Amino acid sequence: MTESVFSADSVPMLALGYRFQWEPAQDCFVLLYPEGMVKLNPAAAEILKRIEQKKQTVAELIAELKVAFDGADLDDDVYQFLEEAHDNSWIRAE
Amino acid sequence: MTTAGSEQNKAPGSTGGASGMNVRDAIRQPLWLLAELTYACPLQCPYCSNPMDFANVKKELTTEQWLTVFRQAREMGATQLGLSGGEPLTRPDLVELITEARKMGFYTNLITSGVGMDAAKVAELKEAGLDHIQVSFQASSEDLNNLIAGTDAFKHKIEMAKAVKANGYPMVLCFVTHRQNIDKIDEILDLAISLEADYVELATTQYYGWAMHNRDQLLPMKDQLERAEAIAHRYQDEQHGNMKIYYVVPDYYEERPKACMNGWGNVFLTITPDGTALPCHAARELPGMTLPNVKDSTIHEIWSDSNDFNRFRGFDWMKEPCRSCDEKEKDFGGCRCQAYMLTGDPANTDPVCSKSPDHHLILEALEQGRLEANKPVMEQKPLVFRNPKNSKKISGF
Ligand code: SF4
Ligand code: SF4
Repeated sequence: MTESVFSADSVPMLALGYRFQWEPAQDCFVLLYPEGMVKLNPAAAEILKRIEQKKQTVAELIAELKVAFDGADLDDDVYQFLEEAHDNSWIRAE
Repeated sequence: MTTAGSEQNKAPGSTGGASGMNVRDAIRQPLWLLAELTYACPLQCPYCSNPMDFANVKKELTTEQWLTVFRQAREMGATQLGLSGGEPLTRPDLVELITEARKMGFYTNLITSGVGMDAAKVAELKEAGLDHIQVSFQASSEDLNNLIAGTDAFKHKIEMAKAVKANGYPMVLCFVTHRQNIDKIDEILDLAISLEADYVELATTQYYGWAMHNRDQLLPMKDQLERAEAIAHRYQDEQHGNMKIYYVVPDYYEERPKACMNGWGNVFLTITPDGTALPCHAARELPGMTLPNVKDSTIHEIWSDSNDFNRFRGFDWMKEPCRSCDEKEKDFGGCRCQAYMLTGDPANTDPVCSKSPDHHLILEALEQGRLEANKPVMEQKPLVFRNPKNSKKISGF
């Protein structure tokens, strides 16, 4: 991977034209974008849901996830996901 | 105007391999609904893929009928809604259709020439919840010259492209290339850069409908393509991280066909202005179609049970060389409509494939195009423009 885009105080946002929603027919959360769709696994959905719900820093996002998932050690996973999601142009950093 | 699903690579947060819409799931769903709202269009592009006899279609679906189609498709899992035509902006109920589609949870894509749009309209569409606008520079070569010269005729279009961006949409421009304009792609790309476009699609003319009729005049020459490709790649490098450029090679110059519609009756559903349901927008012209209509049947019945949608599903219908070919899951034997138009049998291998015994037809078409291109201008066949008058004349009604 190239150099990282996200740090503790950057604010991840959905990229322009991307929409996050629940798809009953797929039985999962998805990202919709011009002429396409990605089905999300539960972990990705938990992160993107929070990105979509409110503007917050990565540190705040991780804190929130820790509360929701019994203090699990998930920092690295979150950062890794954010970088990959950014590589795929799903999200941008503010 | 036509549109195709884009590809999504396997991505980190996506469920085990099943990313994107181009997956052949065991259960097929009409994920992509293309609503050709109308055949009315202020332009007359000679490479339009609408059927030659479009002027025969008098009665368009009503607002209520369209909304029923949307609802039924949505229930079956459709997420992407393409609104095209003709020119969709000529439908007075466009805003209402978008508002309702958005409420149903569709991702709404408007595919427009921009003619008939003004800044207030863009704002209104945004307000209605429209997700994405693709402005197609669908113009004859003469208009294209105007465009590049920046004359009044295209000022409007350019203003529209800017209004699209000002309303918070990514600016997605589409240019359909062919022999008469492909030499200008550097100028086209410069224009896109000056407009600060986010995506530029250099689409290739697909030889259906009007484009097929004008094929001799539209097929690009090999040296033109080589030049265009080199230019496209140079701009891709220069614009990396800024403007995304998609460049598509015309399949007549390929050795393998495109994976048409990601497989017949697999993810795509087209509804024409009069309510005919098609597995692909050109399929109306195939022999032996029953042409189910949404006025008589539900989307579910059409998708699951109709002859048309089952006809070329899977692999059992295939003939040789496709049947025993190990690439069939990649390209599904190519395009049924192209196989029919060129060989007379829609179940044949798409002649674009070099394994097809009919591949010489493609080479002959290219040769014929070359002969035509080399004639003195005065002797060249004129382009036939897509308009109701020509439609009636050619289809003989
Ligand atoms: S004439 Fe041109 S703009 Fe109108 S529907 Fe055909 S391709 Fe589209
Ligand atoms: S023979 Fe048929 S399946 Fe094989 S590559 Fe050609 S078109 Fe595709």
